[in-house]
Parts: sequence; C-alpha cells; structure tokens
Amino acid sequence: MTSSSLARDVAPKLEKVRRSKRGVDTRPLVWPSIGVLLVWMIVPLALTLWFSVLNYNLTDPTSTGFAGFGNYLYLLRDPALATALLNTFLLVGGVLLTTVLLGTLFAVLFDQEFYGQGAARLFVIAPFFVMPTVAALVWKNLLMDPVNGLFAYFARSIGLDPVVWFSDLPLTSVGIIVAWQWVPFATLILLTAMQSLDREQIEAARMDGAKALARFRHVVLPHLARPVTIVVMIETIFLLGIFAEILVTTSGGPGDATTNLPYLVYKTALLQFDIGGGSAGGVIAIVVANVVAFFLVRTVARNLDS
Amino acid sequence: MATVALSNVKKSYGDVSIIQGVDLAIQDKEFVVFVGPSGCGKSTLLRMIAGLEDISAGELRIDGAVANDVPPDARGLAMVFQSYALYPHMTVENNMGFALKLAGIPKAERDAKVMGAAKILQLEKLLDRKPGQLSGGQRQRVAIGRAIVRQPKVFLFDEPLSNLDASLRVQMRIEIARLHTELATTMIYVTHDQIEAMTMADRIVVLRAGRIEQVGTPLELYHFPANVFVAGFIGSPKMNLTPVVMKSAGANGATVVAPGGGEIFIPVAPTAVATPGSAATLGLRPEHLTLSDDGPLSGTVAVVEQLGGETLVYVEIGDKILVTVKLAGSGSVHVGDRVKLAVITTEANLFGSDEMAMTPLRRAPVAGKGH
Repeated sequence: MTSSSLARDVAPKLEKVRRSKRGVDTRPLVWPSIGVLLVWMIVPLALTLWFSVLNYNLTDPTSTGFAGFGNYLYLLRDPALATALLNTFLLVGGVLLTTVLLGTLFAVLFDQEFYGQGAARLFVIAPFFVMPTVAALVWKNLLMDPVNGLFAYFARSIGLDPVVWFSDLPLTSVGIIVAWQWVPFATLILLTAMQSLDREQIEAARMDGAKALARFRHVVLPHLARPVTIVVMIETIFLLGIFAEILVTTSGGPGDATTNLPYLVYKTALLQFDIGGGSAGGVIAIVVANVVAFFLVRTVARNLDS
Repeated sequence: MATVALSNVKKSYGDVSIIQGVDLAIQDKEFVVFVGPSGCGKSTLLRMIAGLEDISAGELRIDGAVANDVPPDARGLAMVFQSYALYPHMTVENNMGFALKLAGIPKAERDAKVMGAAKILQLEKLLDRKPGQLSGGQRQRVAIGRAIVRQPKVFLFDEPLSNLDASLRVQMRIEIARLHTELATTMIYVTHDQIEAMTMADRIVVLRAGRIEQVGTPLELYHFPANVFVAGFIGSPKMNLTPVVMKSAGANGATVVAPGGGEIFIPVAPTAVATPGSAATLGLRPEHLTLSDDGPLSGTVAVVEQLGGETLVYVEIGDKILVTVKLAGSGSVHVGDRVKLAVITTEANLFGSDEMAMTPLRRAPVAGKGH
C-alpha cells in the first residue's frame, strides 16, 4: 500500500545505478523482476478499482452494471465510514503513543546491568512471537473476561466491580491487546539504539553535573529520536491494517465502536456481500494509507538526513 | 590551589585486582602524566579520581578533603575523554555551556564564559556548528573548551590525542602544554605514548599492572630508570637492554661480560644480587654507543635507518641480540659491515637479576624542572 510513495523516493537512486560506468544497458536485466512485482501489485489493485465502480452484490443477482461513483458516494454518506476512520486513527495513535512510551522505558530499563538480564530481555520480546489471533483470545478469555478473567478476579478480591472490558471500553481493550503485541518491537529497536549510545557521553554528562533525569532528557532522548521515528513509521504501516484482534474479540462492536477501516471493508464485502461497496472502501483505505505513508516517509527521510 | 593525594588506593572487580595500592601526591599546578602499556590501569586510576569508578579501598583527597564518596560533578574536576564524548545534537556553544546551564547560571554569564573559552581555543567561528560538522582536531578543542568553561580545580585527560593523526597530535600536544601554562591549573593526563609523557609532563607516573613503577620528572626517568621496565618504556628509540653476566663487583663499580665476550666496567654501586656469575641486564641508550675500533662490543650491521639528521644502525652483537646505535649525521655504515662499538660507561645503566637498577656513581644529576 505504500509502494507508490516509496517508489518515488527510490527513483532517484535507480537513476544513479543506470548511469554506472558499465557499457551495457542494465535496464532489460531488471525488467523481469519489475514485471513480476508490477503484476503482483497491479492486478489486485486494478480489480479492486474495477469492482468499486460496479453494482456487484453476491446476494442480489439483479444488481449488475456500472455504478459510477455510486459505491463511493454511498460510503462517504454512510456515518459508519467516519466512525471507522476515527477508530483507525484513535487505534493507530493510541497504540503508537503507548508502545513508544513503554518501549523507551523498557529500553532504558533493560539496558542496565542486572541479574537475569538475558532472560528478562527474552521475556519482554516474547509477545511479538504470539500470533495476533492467539494473543487476542488469551486476552479476551483469560485476562479480560468479566467472569472468569484474571483482571476480574483481582478487581473482586479488592472489592471492586469487575470491568466489562469489551462492552464498556471496547476500543481501549483492543488497543491494549495490540499495544501488548507491539511494545516488544519498540523495545527491541530502542534497546539496540541504547546499546549504541556512547558510554563516554553519559559519563561526560555526569561530570557536567547532570542527574539521572537530566541525562535522560539531554543525552538519551536526543539519541533515541531517530529510532523512534523509525518505530513510528513501521508500526503505523502495520497498525493501519489491524484486523485479527478485532475479529476475534469484538467483531467490530458493540455497534461499530471498534470498526476500523479494514474491518469496515470486511463487513461490507464479506458480511453484507457487497463486493462493490467493499472495493470502494478498500480504495479509500489505500488512499488513506498512502497519504499517511507519504508524510511519514518524508519526515523520516528528513530526520535521517540531518 | 588544587592538590590530589592518593593513599593506598585500590580497585578490584570481584577477585580481579586492577589497581593494587597506589600512593601518589600531586602538587598544585602540576602537570602529571600517567603512562604505561594498555591494561596497566592508568585509565581506571584516572576514572577513580574523576569519580566515574568506585574506589575499592584507600583514600582519595582533593585539596585535603576526602573525596571517595563525593559524586563526580561535585569534585570540581573536568575530564576530556578519548572519544571527546561531545553531545551530538547540541551546537558547540551548547556543548560547552551544558554544565553551566545545569548549574542554573544565567544566560548572559554563561555566554560570556563560553565566549572566553572559545577565544582561548580559537573556536569563536564554530560556536553554531554541531560536532558532526567538525574535524577531529576541532572536536578535541571543543571537548577541552567544555572542560575549561567549568573552571575546574583539576583537568583530567584520558588519552585525548589518540584519535588524531600524527601531525595534529604534535600540534595539540603543544596547545595543551600552552594551555597548562596559561590556566595554571593542576592537570592529570593519561597516555600510552611515552613521547607525549616526555614532552608535556612535569612529572611522569609509570604504571604497570596496577602498580606504580616509578615517579619522576621526564629526565629523571630517562637517565635514572628505577628498573628494566621503566628503562625499556621511556625513550625512543628504545634503550638497548642487553643480557650480560656479572664478573666482579666493587665499591667503584662492576665489571660485566657482554655477549661476544667483551668486558665492560660500569661505574655503579652494586646491589646485593650482583654476585659474580649472576645474570644482569645492561641498559644502553642508542646515543651512548659509538663506533670505535677498540670497543668491547662487536657485531654485524643488520639494518641502517637514515633519518637525515641522524642515523639509526641496528647491530647484531650476538645470537638474535640487536642493539640500536644512534649516530649523528648521515653515517657511512652499510648493511653487512663488521663494526665495533664503544660504550659511554658513565651513562650506562646496570640492572641486577631482580631487574632493579644499580645507582650510577659518576653521572651528573638531572636539573629539576621548574614550574
């Protein structure tokens, strides 16, 4: 989904390669692979675009023919789209904020020498290896269940009413699960960044009279700025497409409280069998992802240049 | 006024002992250089003075007050690191003013102090740059500037020139020496380069394996090395350390048998281990050997190094025993020549089988270096 904006950034570099000192024109040699990738990308995209302008519903054989922008207009007028967009941004933003904050905290923490450091590092990375569906099920049934869940048990043991997570705080609950899965990624990237921090800088700051907080603020944080932008960029690309966690836990509900853009596409195309409308939603999702990716790549590129 | 005194200072990591009891008194305004091979503990010792490493045992006094448990920033010291350790995201100005900013000093005063230090180091035009845009030498200057701004009681340098190329190193060496005169502050400087030690120090501390081998002015160490290690470490080209056998020892000196059978009389006070027949080491500086037809040493010229103003001749006087001879001018010695070498015996050093020096008897004492 970010291929077009990435291609723009890579293009100047290809230019350089082409003007290499070799006498042979190397372009024909890369055409096969470019061709495969192009077909790989273009065919689904073209089909999606084509379906999005058709009256195409699996439950209604009479609904045929060219719809023009009908599907788009229908979607854009549907309040569900606005909700889905808002949910997408809330989910992406919230998870990004949580993972970057916790990731930084863990990175600084696990960078310290302590007994069992190796094992502790392994454990903090572990959630990343759990499949999204499995993670969501574990959270839903073992932890967040208002009757049998661990959280409910703790709440009752101190005399509180258990939180009914997926009814009362549906989007937050999904966010917590997704954040749990992505904190390891942020931790991993930021921890390696911490390990590349020059120890002498920290010592120089100590000699300059910087206490722990000042050292974090003036030496560690600036050093982590770049890896944080990279974490944000990569996570955004993946978080725009969160689906499994929602399907397994809330199925987009209650109402459309946890329906994000990918889930809306799924609901339209595969639950309401409206292929045309679903495709139109897909195209909107592609546009959104590309706009986000464009700005991200630009800011990151600028950050990496400086 | 700033003195630093170490008494029986030790450092160990678990069972591994790094610094094994160091006693040292550093005077006010003195330039002291810690020198030794890598792993001798010189950097650790400096970091212990800085407060970056704990002191396992013993006492550190700065200006007479015990400073073992004083945090690094409260000791009134400033350190220049080997990697410069500049803050990469801050401009030169902010790098130099960082300590003052943390101390809550108002901006106007801060700027004045930074400007003052920048003038001393000719950094005025670079104040807006970031460390990434500076050359190695400029970064080094900023690192020194950052130390100057704090007006420390003692400057600590941890191998500050080892990342610079040779010509820049010579230049910075002169600048640091000039800075020492200008600022009139106590400085402690760590290096593994004996030339840096010789050229800059008021006093050199030679360390080996966490112990002080000898403390003294550069010339004291050069002319009166306490043992074989110091003799071999100080001086370039290295002192020739030739294995010899004691023949006889008396009140006026000792006679030794050199490789090849030549006998040499050295005017030193023999120590208890200098019994006839025992092994000893004869220490001869390359400039204290001359070509002479009736010299006690003889051998074949193996290598000749023409340096223009002087010539280094490597003579093989025994099985695999090379001695270096430094001759003035561009000599007419060729590889393969048979030569005989004479020794300026008053300048020769003799070390007993315990590797300790025997006191030379007829050598002029070294004039003290004023500071």
